[in-house]
Amino acid sequence: MTAPLLEVRDLGYTYRRDPALENVSFTVDRGQNLGIVGESGAGKTTLLRLLLGLTRPTTGGIDTDGVPFDAGDRAALRRHRTFAQAVFQDPYSSLDPRQNVGRIVSEPLRSLHLSTTGSETRTRVASALEAVGLPADAAERYPHEFSGGQRQRIAIARAIVPRPQLLVADEPVSALDLSTRVRIVELLSSLSIGGLTVVVVSHDLGTVAALCERTLVLERGRVVEQGPTAALLAAPEHPYTRKLLAAVPRLPRR
Amino acid sequence: MSGDVASLPPVVRVANRTTGRRRSATLWIGVVLVGIILVTALVSFVWLPYSPEDISGGRLAPPSAAHWAGTDKLGRDLLTQLIIGARIALEVGAGSVVLGGVIGLLLGLASAFAQRWLDDGLSAVLDVLIAFPTLLVAMLVVAASGASLGSAILAIGLAMSAVVARLTRILAKRVLSLDYITAARVSGTRWPGLVVQHVLPNIWPTVVVNLALQFGLAVLAEASLSYLGLGSPPPNASWGSILQQAQGTVLVAPIGAIAPGVLLVVLVIGVNLVADGLRDVGDPTRRRRS
Repeated sequence: MTAPLLEVRDLGYTYRRDPALENVSFTVDRGQNLGIVGESGAGKTTLLRLLLGLTRPTTGGIDTDGVPFDAGDRAALRRHRTFAQAVFQDPYSSLDPRQNVGRIVSEPLRSLHLSTTGSETRTRVASALEAVGLPADAAERYPHEFSGGQRQRIAIARAIVPRPQLLVADEPVSALDLSTRVRIVELLSSLSIGGLTVVVVSHDLGTVAALCERTLVLERGRVVEQGPTAALLAAPEHPYTRKLLAAVPRLPRR
Repeated sequence: MSGDVASLPPVVRVANRTTGRRRSATLWIGVVLVGIILVTALVSFVWLPYSPEDISGGRLAPPSAAHWAGTDKLGRDLLTQLIIGARIALEVGAGSVVLGGVIGLLLGLASAFAQRWLDDGLSAVLDVLIAFPTLLVAMLVVAASGASLGSAILAIGLAMSAVVARLTRILAKRVLSLDYITAARVSGTRWPGLVVQHVLPNIWPTVVVNLALQFGLAVLAEASLSYLGLGSPPPNASWGSILQQAQGTVLVAPIGAIAPGVLLVVLVIGVNLVADGLRDVGDPTRRRRS
């Protein structure tokens, strides 16, 4: 029995006496993508920041591969950067407009000293760009030359270039138009088939249903329901989950 | 996957040939204007038409073969004074911009990174500095170290640093709140890397244009300091003091009032054009990429 990829135990985070998260516990097994849903302000983004080690939890802890992770320990944090990477909501603000795509995508390699030679960096950047479906000459260009969907691909390339095991995505498609959305979800699901486990935060249940084996519902900083996505969506137990489902826009029946 | 690639829309290239050419012209004109003043200033180190103390030309002489720009009310050659003034203007402008720029950027960045009470404290200090009149700062510095060009530069630079620091702080705070900074942290980049790779390149366009503006203001501020006897001591007249001396005789000898003003305008416009040009050359969203 191997340890789960990620185990979150009684996680709590208090910001200025306001608890943003309380007693959040869940596990993520390798290859079992997790969707985190909830309204704005439910604590989704805080949870992601804790998972990424950008903030230290007030209570509880996170185990990665069975090892406790302390975001205050520099060496542990550095290891964590190669374990978990992130994709953000807005591809217009997540790419530095003054760096070309090659520099953007190679940032984890340079900052974490993962590649020793310039040619190794270029090779790894090129293969990451290929993996996200961008042409190799994209490395020479600047973010403003790309569309929203393409920019999100660049962000995903940056996230996968250090070969992480966990990809944490914060509303990765909500800033994109519908047809682009589908392609980015397809890209994420193809990456997860390739061995990456994805934790995706979304208030779009469609994205979660398409991508995630398991789903967790957050309401005001607490986990109100979690389970296999199909079961959860088919028979929501908690009233809050039913409310979320009812809020999904549908075409009227004729 | 391959079907996905094929269906990608073509990469849009936002670029425009004509604007690219116009911007390089901006930089070029600016370099020429600043270059004229710079060459004049450099010449003053090796050659001057007359000694600055030479009063043999007669008072307020009109332009002639011997004195191309005439003489001032003490009989000194005006061209000589203007050439020395070019040197002083560049020294004051460059000196105070370097001083104010370095101190201002460091303070502003520190303040942007600082948390809560430290940020509040630094902001309060900057507000006090900005509220403090430059002339008062200058008088304090001069009282401490005597009237010289150096103390004028120090005073102007210190006053400028508060303005630059506040601008830097607000610009850097905005950049630090953006997702690409979070992404850089997740990528393992620590704060020195954040500053050098992300914050400075992104705030630089605004800062450099502001510094060019401050350059012009510094040259003008030195003129006021000279007027109060707090600037460059005679016989090394700055353009500002030539202007002020020529005020009373503008109807008899207008060139003394016009020439330094024109040179001042040429220098300030030149520096601003160079700054605009530098900003645009460094901006990938405006540059045409072949």
